[in-house]
Parts: sequence; C-alpha cells; structure tokens
Amino acid sequence: MQSNKNFVVGIFDDEDVLLDAVEKIRGNGVRIDEVYSPFPVHGLDEALGYRRTRLPIASFMFGITGTILALFTQTWMLGYDWPMDIGGKNHASLPPFIPVTFEFTVLCASFGIVITFLIVSNMKPYSWPRSYDIRSTDDKHVMAIDLAHNKLSKDEIGRLLKDSGASEVNEKNF
Amino acid sequence: MQVTSTLREPLVTGGKTVRDVSEDISRQVEGKPTSLWWIAFGISSVLFLFGAYCFWILLWNGVGVWGLNKTIGWAWDITNFVWWVGIGHAGTLISAILLLFRQRWRMSINRAAEAMTIFAVICAASFPLAHMGRLWIGPVWSLPLPNTFGSLWVNFNSPLLWDVFAISTYFSVSLLFWYMGLIPDFAVIRDRAVRTGHNVRAAIYNALSFGWSGGAKTWMRYESVALILAGLSTPLVLSVHTIVSMDFATSVIPGWHATIFPPYFVAGAIFSGFAMVLTLLLVTRKLFHLEDYITIYHVELMNIIIIITGSIVGIAYITEFFIAWYGQVPAEQYTFINRAFGPYWWAYASMMTCNVISPQLFWFKKIRTNLVATFIISIIVNIGMWFERFVIIATSIHRDYLPSSWSMFYPTFYDVGQYIFTFGLFFCAFLLFAKYFPVINMAEVKSILKSTSEKK
Repeated sequence: MQSNKNFVVGIFDDEDVLLDAVEKIRGNGVRIDEVYSPFPVHGLDEALGYRRTRLPIASFMFGITGTILALFTQTWMLGYDWPMDIGGKNHASLPPFIPVTFEFTVLCASFGIVITFLIVSNMKPYSWPRSYDIRSTDDKHVMAIDLAHNKLSKDEIGRLLKDSGASEVNEKNF
Repeated sequence: MQVTSTLREPLVTGGKTVRDVSEDISRQVEGKPTSLWWIAFGISSVLFLFGAYCFWILLWNGVGVWGLNKTIGWAWDITNFVWWVGIGHAGTLISAILLLFRQRWRMSINRAAEAMTIFAVICAASFPLAHMGRLWIGPVWSLPLPNTFGSLWVNFNSPLLWDVFAISTYFSVSLLFWYMGLIPDFAVIRDRAVRTGHNVRAAIYNALSFGWSGGAKTWMRYESVALILAGLSTPLVLSVHTIVSMDFATSVIPGWHATIFPPYFVAGAIFSGFAMVLTLLLVTRKLFHLEDYITIYHVELMNIIIIITGSIVGIAYITEFFIAWYGQVPAEQYTFINRAFGPYWWAYASMMTCNVISPQLFWFKKIRTNLVATFIISIIVNIGMWFERFVIIATSIHRDYLPSSWSMFYPTFYDVGQYIFTFGLFFCAFLLFAKYFPVINMAEVKSILKSTSEKK
C-alpha cells in the first residue's frame, strides 16, 4: 500500500442525487475509488461500472461438489464398504440417498459462498476498514476519489462534487 | 427510483429519517438493560435452571425417568421436537421466501424471526439428543465417521438419519444467513462506538462485523450472497419439515403412514411459526418501543398468512379423515375414529378448536388488526399445534395391534421439566439477542425508507 494518499471525499445525503452524481463525475473523466453507503443502493454498481460478481458461479461449484461427494460417500459406504442385506433390497439405491445429498449440497453451497465472499472482500474479524467518513454506516453516502489516480486538481474535483449535489466536500490523508 | 403504490400502507411510520433508524435501533444495544428486561431474564433463567436440573436427572438415570412405556415409545419428546422445529420455519420463510417474492414488509421483522428460528432449532435438537440417552456419544454415532466397529456406517436409508442431516444443515445455514444480515448492522454500532469513544465496544463490534466497510463493491457481492442464500434456504426449509414428517410417513403405523404428511407438516410449521413470531414481536415491539417499525400493517399481513396456513392445515385434517374412510383399511379407519372419539378425544378437540376454528376469526379486519386479540390467538394457535403433534404421535401408537398392549401416556415430572428447559433456553437466548444485537435489520429498513415510509 502506498503511503501518504490524498483523497477528496464527497458526502451525499440522498441516494438518487448520489446516482446522478456518479454518472456526472465519471462522465467528466474522474476516477472514483469507491462509494461507501449505509445501505445497498440499487444501480450504484452499474453506475460505477463494476462487472457483475461471479459469486453465483462459485456457489454452484461448491454445491455440485457437495452433491458428488454426498452421492459417492453414501454409495461407497452402503454399497461397497459394508453392504447390508435388508429384506433382500438393493444395497445402494438412489431414492433414499436424495435427502442427504440435497442437504449436503445446500450446506456446501452456502458455506462455500459465504467464505468466498469474506475472502474476496478481504473481510477479517481483526481488520479495521479505512474510514473516509465515520457517518458512512449511519446516514451518509461517502464518495472517495484518489488524487493520485486523477489528472484534475483537488479544487476542480471539489467543485465538480459540489455541482453534482454533494452536501460536503472534505479532504482525507492516509 | 422505485415506483411504489400509493394505495399500500407505509411500512415505517412516524416520519423517520435514515439517521433515526440507526438511533432507534442502536440505542437499546448501547444502553443498560431496563428493569423489565431483567425481570423477564430472571424468570427465563429460573425456568432454564430448573429445566437443566431435570435434564441432568434424565442424563444421570436414563430415559426411564420419562413417562414412556413399551407401547408408547415416543411421546412428549418427539412432540416437542416437531413443535419447536415447526416454530423455526417462520423465520426462514420470512427471510428467504419473502425475499425471493420481494415482499418488503419482511424487512423489519426478519431479524427477530430468524433469531427465533435458530433458538427454536436448538431447543428442538435437545429432545432427540436427550432421547438418545448418552448425550456424549449419541451425536457422534449419528454421523458417518470412521469407527472401531468395522467401520460400521450409519444407515442412509433411515429417515431418522435424514433428519440429522436436515436439522443440522437447517441450523447452520440459518445461522449463516442470519449472521450475514447482522454484519452491516454490527458496523453501525461499531462506528457509533468509535464516535462516542467506547473503544472496547468498538473493537468487539468490529470483530463481529468482520471489518465491514460498506463499499459499493462489497454491497454488490453482499446482495448477491443474500439472494443465493435465500434461494438455497427456500427449498431447504421446505425439505426440513418434509423430512421430519417422513420420520412418521415412511413407517407402517396406521395414522402415520400417509403421503399427505409432507405438505401438511410444512403448512403446519409455517402456521405455528408465524404464531410464535407474533407472540414474540408483539412483546419485543412494546419492550423496545418499535411501534414505528413493526406496525399494525405488519401484524395484519402476518395474520393473513396465519389464516392461509391454518386453513391448509384444516383441509389436511379433513382429508386425512376422508382418506381413512375412502381407503377402506380397517386399521386406518379405527385409528381415526379412535383419535376423535377415543380416550384422547380431548386432545383432538383442542387441536381442532385451536388450529382450525380460532384462526378463522382473522377474516374480520377488526380482529386481525387488534393487538390483544392477535396476541391471544397466537398463543392459542401454538397450543393447538402442540396438540396436533401429540395427537398424531401418541394417539396413533397408544392402541397397539394387540389389545393387551393398549396403553396411555402420562407425563412425569421430568417430561414437563425437559419441556420447561427448552422454554427457559429459548427465552434466555431471545432476550440476550434482543439486548445485545440490533433487533431490526437497519440496512434493509434504511434502503426502503425513501419509498415506503410515512412522510412528516
């Protein structure tokens, strides 16, 4: 991580103003680092130009692993490792294996996706997030713009933020 | 900008701002517990400790301290187990199924309902664990782990084993879903603690929130995870009570051996679950002054679900009777006549009155929007659902195939004690949750505030 980073931080009160502002600011060629919100703002990810998350694919992969593992384990245990003769019925048949297979699929898919989410979002119990403005979990939407990534000057970006409806424009150094 | 019907009633009243939501919900986490909370917690702890004593006696002496006999091998234990599992279902229905249907009224009640699910499943699990007798090995033997007997594996053909998988998956996935919802709200409390200089509290809630930042990218992933968990939990919740019902339906006992059981049990589970959600939320809303977030409109919508599921359950009761007659199997016919007119007629009559007749009162708008009436009926429904399970379980087996084996079930002190134990556990856990965790999902309520709240 670079030391001594300079950020211009725009504070927005309203999510609809924020969405328009994101369009306008990006339209002016300014690179927005990230927008921090107290709640999910629909359409913000598209406005910021983020690619759709591939987490659903990951979840499917975990799920299918669970399915295969559960089917294999049950068939191997009851059909091969210790076959039991119960009323002359098949040692291993598919229908009674479905419930456990289904439950194990759900278990793997759910835990898999949550763990993946924590890893890709770099979330750990002992890490503190960088706080651009402490109110971003309360009622303000906080837009962070890194000066090092932009050609425009601090004042120009500040003016642009004000023009697009930011209620406050602050500076933050890390 | 979302378009909302002007005909719908507002979901949040009192002209709340986003700021007010953080303030109202976090305040009770940050402040000292009220005396009312201490009284409630004290009573619950007494129930818990008394129950824990009974549980200990059970473990020390064995299942013989219960009133089970040779004919009735399953009675209160499994009744209570099914009852508690059923109660848990409303939480997942609210958080998962209503999320998929985009029902926004779920947002102020889902947190508490999911907490209820988790505690109810723990209470439920305590019964089969206790019934296994040796608590220290039972849970291990029910898992497919290598052992020194061969390895001799568990029997995957048995519905009881399916139940082990269903309940443990249900518990862990519900816990995960609930915790995911809590993460952004823990961050709210953390940042409030940072601002007021409570460093220890800030560190604790930061750890609980996994260092949540609230960036747009994280929110995007977070919403995707929530949607997938909802999609996975929906078939899961339906599967759980289906599998619970298969404990009975796959047997050959008249009165249990019925293909109607899975849908019938699922409807009953949601029915009793919503009743318990109402009982708890009506108290929580008063205790923590949440009248603006859990409005009469929420109560009314939940009561409508109670009418629907209660009526499905009623139809299931009648269908069972019809099929018993139509199927022309003498043993089956006898079981059903014996249920309604035999020695357990009073249990059957209580079940019918509480479950089929009482929810029909909610057809009247005056009753379903009246909090006192709702509270009373919600408790009646829960009593009725307990009787339903008792009727299905005990009356089907108390008349064995040989009249010399006919028997009755009388609960002992320890049967009652074990039931009280779960009540103590449930209410202690719920009160601790309501005090130290945000009882309402702040992030979700904030997101709908602009479009569905009452303006000042």
